[in-house]
Amino acid sequence: MILDGKCPTGPIEKSWDNHRFELKLVNPANKRKYTVIMVGTGLAGGAAAASLGELGYNVMAFCYQDSPRRAHSIAAQGGINAAKNYPSDGDSILRLMYDTIKGGDFRAREADVWRLSQVSNNIIDQCVAQGVPFNRDYAGYLDNRSFGGAQVSRTFYSRGQTGQQLLLGAYSALSRQIKAGTVKMYTRREMLDLVVVDGVAKGITVRNMVTGEIECYAADAVCLATGGYVNVFYLSTNAKGCSVTANWAAAKKGAFFANPCYTQIHPTCIPQAGEYQSKLTLMSESLRNDGRIWVPKKKEDVGKRPDQISDEDRDYYLERKYPSYGNLAPRDISSRSAKEQCDDGRGVGPGGRGVYLDYADSIKRLGENTIRERYGNLFEMYERITDDNAYKTPMRIYPAPHYAMGGLWVDYNLMSNVPGLFVLGEANFSVHGANRLGASALMQGLADGYFVIPYTIGGYLATVKPGTVKVDHPEFKKSKEDVSARNNKFLSIKGKRTVTEFHRELGKIMWNNVGMARSKESLTEALKVIPKIREEFWQNVNVTGTGGEINQQLENAGRVADFLEFGELLTRDALHREESCGGHFRVEHQMPDGEAKRNDADFSYVGAWEFKGNDKEPELHKEPLKFETIHLAVRSYK
Amino acid sequence: MSDHKTMTLTLIVWRQKNANDPGKFETYTAKDITEHHSFLEMLDCVNEDLINSGKEPIVFDHDCREGICGMCSQVINGVPHGGQERTTVCQLHMRKFKDGDTIYIEPWRAKAFPIQKDLVVDRTAYDTIIQSGGYTSCHTGGVPDANATLIPKEVLDYAMDAAECIGCGACAAACPNSSAMLFTSAKVAQLAVLPQGKPEAAARVQAMLNTMQECGFGNCSNHYECQAACPKGINVKFIAKLNREYLKALFK
Repeated sequence: MILDGKCPTGPIEKSWDNHRFELKLVNPANKRKYTVIMVGTGLAGGAAAASLGELGYNVMAFCYQDSPRRAHSIAAQGGINAAKNYPSDGDSILRLMYDTIKGGDFRAREADVWRLSQVSNNIIDQCVAQGVPFNRDYAGYLDNRSFGGAQVSRTFYSRGQTGQQLLLGAYSALSRQIKAGTVKMYTRREMLDLVVVDGVAKGITVRNMVTGEIECYAADAVCLATGGYVNVFYLSTNAKGCSVTANWAAAKKGAFFANPCYTQIHPTCIPQAGEYQSKLTLMSESLRNDGRIWVPKKKEDVGKRPDQISDEDRDYYLERKYPSYGNLAPRDISSRSAKEQCDDGRGVGPGGRGVYLDYADSIKRLGENTIRERYGNLFEMYERITDDNAYKTPMRIYPAPHYAMGGLWVDYNLMSNVPGLFVLGEANFSVHGANRLGASALMQGLADGYFVIPYTIGGYLATVKPGTVKVDHPEFKKSKEDVSARNNKFLSIKGKRTVTEFHRELGKIMWNNVGMARSKESLTEALKVIPKIREEFWQNVNVTGTGGEINQQLENAGRVADFLEFGELLTRDALHREESCGGHFRVEHQMPDGEAKRNDADFSYVGAWEFKGNDKEPELHKEPLKFETIHLAVRSYK
Repeated sequence: MSDHKTMTLTLIVWRQKNANDPGKFETYTAKDITEHHSFLEMLDCVNEDLINSGKEPIVFDHDCREGICGMCSQVINGVPHGGQERTTVCQLHMRKFKDGDTIYIEPWRAKAFPIQKDLVVDRTAYDTIIQSGGYTSCHTGGVPDANATLIPKEVLDYAMDAAECIGCGACAAACPNSSAMLFTSAKVAQLAVLPQGKPEAAARVQAMLNTMQECGFGNCSNHYECQAACPKGINVKFIAKLNREYLKALFK
């Protein structure tokens, strides 16, 4: 099937404004008759629930944490982009759009990216009105800094905790609506199934993580703002609870999964210290503003202390290879370059899996105090984890799975191919193409939540009659039975291996074979191994406890079971995409100098997969990508 | 980095089946722990051992494991988050302990944070406090340009110092009165100094303080245990600010 994103036509500058005018509206008095389910309360879900509640819809919001303030958006450190052009350094909505399309290696939809760039400015205004403390200068004006993949300073930030402050802003707006009674908040609930009635999304089934009860909720529309899936690699920078479970449940009910192979490996993370490690910690990309990345030129120097290696014996490889962007080259390029240096035997630290991020020059130039003011909390965090003082000795960093550009397929209105199912933020696939630029995740989450879904969901709801399906519908009963049966199955296996052991095993094959560099051989091997791990899981996993209580093993078993299915789809997508683009690097497809080689003639499309059952091959649907405003070009950061 | 010394530790852990169970301490051994394990990774290892020996693993809250989500909540040797300055449990590393140590691990203990299981407590009361006024009543859209109102850097820095609170609950857990004053005051102070928050400052401080008491938290009697336990270093000066704002509101 050829998919249609239903993007507006005509001049791009007017596309969103015209589209908004053409969308149907729901009368203010009728809004409260419509119920909307919001799953996830991070930047996208929290902002959307608050905005829809304020508009007058009856909103039910769900999160797996004990409070909506804890979603993993909170961990974003560096900043949020907007085309305000406050520094007058040449920025504009068009330039932000251009950078985002180019950064995504020409695999995103133009109209969506234009809209994102256009509303980026509203986001900053909104957050300031909420009391978000963005950094300012002594005159009281907002401050900006630079991020990867851009030659302008367009990133707004709150020290090293921008995600936290933006999330707390959205959380405060959400809290106001909870108090007002327009949003009913359900915490410690994990969505385990999507309920589809006559082809239309009408509700969800969740597990109450305190009582263990399986609960059903019906609505006129369901929104998933459930984040990304890179915990499929086991070790990632995501929170431990992040999973593909809600999205995979939707995929199994017919929603197409788009571009799952586009995963972002973030260049600046703290390297792994041991086998027991439970997660990897990211150090904000903003560090690359003032830090210089290097490895020893000579292999025999890797064991030396960094201060014993003179400047001429250091290879500042990003500055060497990409003189115009230098240490601020985009994430995919920086990560791959780090891997290349380490593969070449010039990596530093345990296992040779690390490169230096050095502040000595900046401290000399700006003084330790300025560096402390800019990155103090990151240096502290680094010291807590590694016991090293980065003011005195360079940090060691290595890439780690961080973000999923792929996600459920949505049209321009953020609606999936299942009518009534909307997908927001990282959970959808729409704007980042094959690689996301720094400080753009926060922008997308809030754009979708505050300024897109409040309009587009109205266009859908105006066409449906409210409250037609209730939880007594047979589909809900069936969903509840299916979910209970699966949980009981986990508990009844009583095998010999823990859930975490399986997750680690899956993660290892995903990272080694489907990670930063992929080949036909590595992917084919992964496609053989993953089903075997899955099979063993269902025979030999040991899930302790019962279903009727707080049971973290049971929660995890469900997530890992889903990753064991989804990992195969991710691998299959990577195998089918015979090109290199952004975060998807196939070793067979590279330029003579090792840069990614795109194949626009054959792969300039969104690959959206339809689930057909675990033992059947999924069906690929394509949405062709058209580039009318930004012309297809070889991405160069040299 | 390269030494492979491992530690063996004795853990005395609070186990409680559910909210109605009286609960008790159980003793476990943590083996093969290195200095690079985080505290939670040490517990992960203990849990894997427990599962493999047919026992119920210890249930504890955690999520981001990088010190920002505020989910982790354990009292270690009598101190919320374990006593390393400005550090959450998830960022506490085992190099702060030594081979042979005995470690007591308990949940937050405060009337307003009922225990749900083992080390997991219900912190809904903090959400309730925020819902009573911890926001500016701006609408989505229809707000002025972000640079239309200038905010001096000192004011901004003060607001940001307060805004760093992660809502973990350590302050109430550390307080002899189980007061949530540090948590409440951080939000009151942040919004009271920002021009966007000023119009509702008087109503906000009264509503939030009343709600705090209704939730079952005690009052502040200046012990400052909260500041010592706070993993984000939130300063008790914000409590003074809250008191000032409250007095101002009374005379309005």
